[in-house]
Amino acid sequence: MRPLHPVSPGIRTVLGISFFVLFVAFWAWITLGGHVNRIFLADPLSMLRDGWRLLVEDRFWLDVLITIWRVFGGFLLASVVAVPLGIAMGAWKPVEAFLEPFVSFARYLPASAFIPLLILWAGIGELEKLLVIFVGSVFQIVLIIAVKVGGTRRDLVEAAYTLGSTNSGIVNRVIMPANAPEIAETLRLVLGWAWTYVIVAELIGSSSGIGYMIINSQSRLATGQIIFGIIVIGLIGLLSDFAFKAFNRWLFPWSLA
Amino acid sequence: MNKLLIEGVSRTFAGVRGGQPVKALMPIDLAVAANDFITILGPSGCGKSTLLRIVAGLEASSEGRVLLDGKAVTRPGPDRGMVFQSYTLFPWLTVAQNIAFGLRERGMPEKERDGVVASYVNLVGLKGFENHWPKQLSGGMQQRTAIARALANDPEILLLDEPFGALDNQTRGLMQELLLGIWERRQKTVLFVTHDIEEAIFMASRVIVMTARPGRIKSDVAIDLPHPRHYTLKTSPEFSALKARLTEDIRVEAMRTAQA
Repeated sequence: MRPLHPVSPGIRTVLGISFFVLFVAFWAWITLGGHVNRIFLADPLSMLRDGWRLLVEDRFWLDVLITIWRVFGGFLLASVVAVPLGIAMGAWKPVEAFLEPFVSFARYLPASAFIPLLILWAGIGELEKLLVIFVGSVFQIVLIIAVKVGGTRRDLVEAAYTLGSTNSGIVNRVIMPANAPEIAETLRLVLGWAWTYVIVAELIGSSSGIGYMIINSQSRLATGQIIFGIIVIGLIGLLSDFAFKAFNRWLFPWSLA
Repeated sequence: MNKLLIEGVSRTFAGVRGGQPVKALMPIDLAVAANDFITILGPSGCGKSTLLRIVAGLEASSEGRVLLDGKAVTRPGPDRGMVFQSYTLFPWLTVAQNIAFGLRERGMPEKERDGVVASYVNLVGLKGFENHWPKQLSGGMQQRTAIARALANDPEILLLDEPFGALDNQTRGLMQELLLGIWERRQKTVLFVTHDIEEAIFMASRVIVMTARPGRIKSDVAIDLPHPRHYTLKTSPEFSALKARLTEDIRVEAMRTAQA
């Protein structure tokens, strides 16, 4: 195969789907063929059956909705704080010098380790779940955006100055629009990470949500339900990613033209 | 009456890692009359772009000062329009919005802006492309938009830093005629930096030749070729004589750069 040579769209789709097929086929083979113990891994068919029962009898879709709300709520909270802060850090170097060392440190604090503290402070209600996602996302967003904004093309800034822009004009009408697509792209990336935090938050001290269902199923050895829950998370993640991408494309036509 | 006065402007860059400071520009004195078209010709790295950036206010001089209409230049401003060698259109704005940028920063109402923009779109021959994104334009069209954007602000002086340097030869020739045509009709003080000898002669009413680094003014040549100029001028005997003379001047400098 020639390196870096592009592949046609048709072949790309076929190859992409065929891995899923192989994956499920392998799964079916080791489970239905009796190569692993049923207690540890459910087969695809009982996974679907368990999933159907979850949705119809156990009103699992309510758990799905509450998890989605937690992800977007916490993520929105983090974005509202982090985006302006990141822009300020990127644009004004004293602000960066002031905050960057702390944010770099805070970024490595694992969000899941905060759960016991957050439960002490905020109880086991919705606020605690939102805060876990907030803690997990906010520092990441701040840092990435600060770096992107700091890399704003200097020649565009110079051109704006020679056209009469003031310092605030540079920030509002050059730095912000120039980096808007990158900022949106960063948010899309971090939203993906927020999905891993929400499940961790729901595994501990929770009575609803996809994560709660998963931990609950573990005690009953319902591996079919666990796998179904994981797949639902994957599908929702994929859908929100597609939606986010399409939204960005619609918002910033100039960046792809 | 002098529009622009450059008085003893020099530039020294601090040494890298405790090394010797580098002198980029020896003290330069230059007086530019109103509505003159001056080209600054010099070998690569002679400091001609640095000089232009000092006039624009984008860089500070180490010594000396720049006066525009008697006022000292301290920072960039809309009275000195600039066209860069790199493509500096704002990619998130359309052609029309790019041209309107300076007017908007000045607070001109949208209605009034539209009229000005339309006239400059026509001036640079971009009718029909008003709503295109910069990415959809060729290099020549992008630089035409950049010229319109700088001119729409009606600056006291237009500064151009090798604006056609990245364009192919044919496009460059057309752009020279376009810019010269605008200057002939509208009268504007222009400072145009280039390393292309033909371009320097064709555009200018005066060519300033600079030495190799550290840059000084080596010669100051008045170009008395008649206007309006047509591209066929480049093959005339007068043009060739000027070209031969400047080629000799610049060749000595280029050789010094190559040996340095």
